[in-house]
Parts: sequence; structure tokens; C-alpha cells
Amino acid sequence: MPAVVPSAATAHGSDEATVRRSRRSTPYLLLAPGLGWLAVFFVVPLFASLATSLQVPLVEGDPDQGYTQGFAVQNYVNAITEYWPQFLKSFLYAGIATLLALCIAYPLAYFIAFHAGKWRNIMLILVVAPFFCSFLIRTYAWKTILADQSPVTQFLNALHLLPDDRILNTPLAVITGIAYNFLPFMTLPLYAALERIDFRLIEAGGDLYGSAWTTFRKVTFPLSLPGVVAGTLLTFIPAVGDFINAQLLGSVKDKMIGNVIDSQFRIVRDYPMASALSFLLMAATLTIVFLYIRRAGTDDLV
Amino acid sequence: MARTQVVTGQVEDLHLVGLTKRFGTMTAVDALDLTIPAGSFFALLGPSGCGKTTTLRMVAGLEDPTEGAILIGEQDVTQLRPYQRPVNTVFQSYALFPHLDIFENVAFGLRRRGIKDVKKPVEDMLELVELGAMARRKPGQLSGGQQQRVAVARALINQPDVLLLDEPLGALDLKLRRQMQIELKRIQTEVGITFVHVTHDQEEAMTMADTVAVMNNGRIEQMGSPVDIYENPRTAFVANFLGQSNLLPGQVVGREDGVTVISAHNATFRIPTARVATDGDSVVVGVRPEKVTVRAKDRAGDLSGRNVLEGVVTDASFTGLSTQYLVRTAWGQELQVFSQNLSADDIVRLGDDVVVSWDPIHSFGLDGASDLHAGMDKELLALQSGDEPAQVG
Repeated sequence: MPAVVPSAATAHGSDEATVRRSRRSTPYLLLAPGLGWLAVFFVVPLFASLATSLQVPLVEGDPDQGYTQGFAVQNYVNAITEYWPQFLKSFLYAGIATLLALCIAYPLAYFIAFHAGKWRNIMLILVVAPFFCSFLIRTYAWKTILADQSPVTQFLNALHLLPDDRILNTPLAVITGIAYNFLPFMTLPLYAALERIDFRLIEAGGDLYGSAWTTFRKVTFPLSLPGVVAGTLLTFIPAVGDFINAQLLGSVKDKMIGNVIDSQFRIVRDYPMASALSFLLMAATLTIVFLYIRRAGTDDLV
Repeated sequence: MARTQVVTGQVEDLHLVGLTKRFGTMTAVDALDLTIPAGSFFALLGPSGCGKTTTLRMVAGLEDPTEGAILIGEQDVTQLRPYQRPVNTVFQSYALFPHLDIFENVAFGLRRRGIKDVKKPVEDMLELVELGAMARRKPGQLSGGQQQRVAVARALINQPDVLLLDEPLGALDLKLRRQMQIELKRIQTEVGITFVHVTHDQEEAMTMADTVAVMNNGRIEQMGSPVDIYENPRTAFVANFLGQSNLLPGQVVGREDGVTVISAHNATFRIPTARVATDGDSVVVGVRPEKVTVRAKDRAGDLSGRNVLEGVVTDASFTGLSTQYLVRTAWGQELQVFSQNLSADDIVRLGDDVVVSWDPIHSFGLDGASDLHAGMDKELLALQSGDEPAQVG
């Protein structure tokens, strides 16, 4: 017996080593498709775009002759000096639209999480339902809804609530359009965060002398912060770069940076300028998101 | 000394008057009338679904009664919102706020009431539950027992008239549960606040409470001191739910000198009439397994004045402290006997013909219409009914 046991143990041990080796490589195998995809379709275009943003025209003053690789940091300076108002407007519109979406989505998500009962799944499907229809078509529909002769506009006009007597082709239309289009991105993370909250915590707030409003402020809202952060980021980031809403719902004066990049690429064909604008947009967005996450302090949340 | 200063207000009795809660057609709490004296440790004991938690939630204001009233002293609190009541709750699994540290959890109630200087009372309270060093930790960093103490501190600091505890020890392991039972009892004695404790654990209820109310189907079956209801159960439910009982249905054949004589299966049993819960002629004779003595038939000795039965030992399990026997009677009923290991001579063996006997003052009499299985552990019941066909076969 004693002679058998050690040899069995060593055989077992070498098997284990093989298993351990293959286990160690498993995570990398799982990551490979994703990493490969990102390398080809994100990292490579990113650097290509960076290179483009530093290109100079072959013939000075005639972009139609094409561009050659250079190191024209001036492109960035031009981008900022020429288009800073559109940058500012983008962040402003996206910011307001995000707040608006938050104000609409929070009560909705709260209701679905705590009061929808058996209707919960149906309501969640309704939240996602707009995705069954193209973004573009939805925005066109919004154009009809906000048109000058539409009931919505006429109703608000009857109450003298509209400064320009219209919605379409004003910043208001762009902002409401963005808020509408990104509403599911706001609602779903909020719902997920609220739904996770143990209802007894809210009861405990009431038990410990918190009125409904105080309990919301001190317990429910802080606990839903991860959802608020996720929802606002998922809305704000794509909203900043959006150009469909400004194009279809806004006037010429309401152009956002997305529209500028679009026209620089497709119409003006100033590729270095378009790339520089894209990079600036990316950098500005990253900075804002970084500051926001630090400020929200989500690390502290459980 | 600082600890005894925790209570400053006048503590009041808690009255439940005809308190009823119906969910649809289901009556969870059925016209409950109850007075819980100020400063007592009161346990509501019952199986899950008996209405004890619903009762507690109505007192806390988390559930609206269908009918009836809740009074604290003279004040009717039935219509008050939870945050307006002088009542605090220790929730099942604690419900500590995960985003706040221990200090802020405990300070929560004080801050909501606009008390500015919370440092001293919170520190005193954390001292009382021996968690002073943990003030700046988050609940997630504490063990179950520590979280439990924070939950108690968070509720107690508000000096409520009544502290409600909803299965407070249910999430703890056995050893910790024992420790916390003693701890909670100590805290209650120190602060003198009325504790209403909801539990399904009979041992927990008996260890801690001054008064135990056994609840079943939305009603209180029996209420009294732990010793009282254990020694003299008035219903089959209480006899089975609180400890174990041997129950023998029989008929009254005589009542004399404060003793009721009952005949069952050709044997005669005597019970002090005060311990018989019914005036009817159909009575169930009950006795606790540890009151019963078992002796080999040939060395039974003098049994005069005792209630006596004969049977055969069908199971004997030696646990060190005691031996647990099952004794089958002539009519096939199995009686439980717990016998302390006083002398090795007393031990009887499997298959022995034995005489079981007990002092009449340890008998109790229940209404003959009782369901003899009421309140029995469902798993145990399933096990027994599973055994029966095998015995027949």
C-alpha cells in the first residue's frame, strides 16, 4: 500500500500541472477575438486618424490636390479657433439633453423597479421598443411631431410658452430630440441600479425618522448613483458627437461639432481638419468624463 | 453609568386592539388583542406565515392594518407614518445603509430629527454594543454578528418607546446566535426599553423573553412566561411547537378534589384539574418526554400515585447527557421519553418490555377536538408518516 500511494500522487501531480498550464492560457484565448477586433477596427483607425490630423496639403491653398503626411499641429489650433462655438454648443446641448433625459428616466425607472409589479417586463420592453425602429426614422418622426402645424407646437403656442412661436429649427428641438433618442440608454442603467436596492433599506429610512423625500435623498438616490453615472455617460458621450438631431431638427445656426466634422469630411474634404476636430472632441469628452467620475466618486459605492 | 442614561423619556405600554390584517381573502392577523407592558422583553413566537412579522410591520407602520388600532400609552399611532412613530425596528438581515459608515448609520435617526450634536450619543451607543473601534468602517466590512449589533445600535439610539426585532438572529450561525441572545438580553436590561422580538426559534424566545406569545394562523394561541407555557401548554399547537409532547386522546371518567381522571386505551390517567384546558369530557392527556420515567417491566418498583403505561422500546439513542427512547404502546402509538443518565442500572434496551410512568402534576389536559399534529415540525412529521407504512408492513 505505502508504495502505491506516492506514485499515484506524482502521476496525479503532473496531470495537475498540465491542467494548470492550460487553465492559465484560457483567459487569453477568451480575450483573443475581442482584442483582435479592437486592434483592427479601433487601434489601427485611431492611429490612421491621428496621422491624418497632422497632414498638410500637397499644394498650399488647394485641398483638391490631396494631402501629404506632415506634422501640422497648426491644424489643431485652426480647429479650435474656427469651431470653438460649435464645440461649446455640442457640450451644452448634450449636457442639457442628458439632464432632461435623467429627469424623465429617473421617475420612470423608479416606477418600473418598485411599483410596476406584473407589468414590469412589459414596461421594460416598451422602454426598449423604439430600438426596433431606425434612429434616423425616429428622428424624422420627431420632426413631424415638432413641426410648426403639429398639435404639440400649437398647444404650447396657445399657452404662449415658445419664445420663437415654434420648436422645429430651434435648439429646443435639437435638445429634445437628443433626450428622446437616448432615453433608453438612461432608463436601463437607472432601472438596473434601482432594482438592486433592497427595499428594506428604504423601509429602514422611514423607520429612522426619514420622510419619504428625505429617505429618497439620503438612501435611495445615493444607492442609485452607479446607475445615474452609467446612464448619464451612456447618454452624454454619444450625444456630444451626434449630428443627426442637429441636422434634421435644428437650424443652420444650431450646428453641433458632429455636423462640422461630417461636412469637413464629406463636403469640404479637409480630412486633416476633420481628423483634428475628431481628436479634440475625443480629448474633451474624455476629460469631462474623467472629472465627472472623480466627482461622483463611484468607487466609494458598494 | 453612561449606559443607563440612554433612556430619558417615559416608556409606555404598547396596546394592540382588535388588530387585523387581510391580504385579499387571506387573513394574516386575526383580531389581535394584546398589551405589552413597558420595559418588558416580549417574544412573538410562531412558524413562518403565522402573522408574527405582519404584526410587527403594522406596529412599525410599514403595513396598514385592515382593522383595529395600535396604541402606545394613550397615543393612537395607527394612522401615523413610520417616521412619525416612537418605534424603531431591527430588520431581518439588518438593512444597514451600505453607502454610509457605521457612525453615520447609527447617527441616521438622530440627524433626521434635526439633532446637531450626534458625536457623543453615537459614540456612547457604539460603546454599548462594543463597536467603538469600527465607527469609520462600512457595513460590508463587518461580520454578521457585528452588523447585527450595529442594527441594534442604530435603532436603540433613538430611544424609542418600543424596539421591534424581526428575526434578528436568523442570519447568524448557532454559536454566534447563542452569544447574541445573551448580548441582546443584557442590552435590554440596561436600556429598559420594551423589546418586541419576532422569531420562529422557540429556544431563542424562551432564552430571552420575559413573556412569550405563541402565534398560529394569525391568532395568539397562548401567552405567558416561558416556564408557564412550556410546563402548562393549553393547546396541542403550543404543546408541539414549544418543545415536544406525548399526546393521548381519552375520555373524562371523574372529577374530584381538583383532580380530573381520564381513561384512554384501558388505562387511567390523573391530571390536576387546573392543568386541563377544557371543561368537555373529551380530553387529550399530554406529558413532556423529559418528565417520563422508563423502567424495565420486571424492576419497575413502586408506581402508586403515578400515571402508568406499558410498552416495548423500539428505539434508543444515547446522547451522553441523556438517552432518548421511543416506546411503542399496545395500540401502536410511539411515546417519546428523554431519560437523564443518572445510573447505568436505569438503562433499558431495544426490545425490552418496559413501564413508563410520570407524576400526575406533570400531565396536562387539552381539548379532545385538538389536531394532535398541530405545530409539529413538518420535516419530523413527514419522517414519522413515512415510517408508519413500514411498521404496518
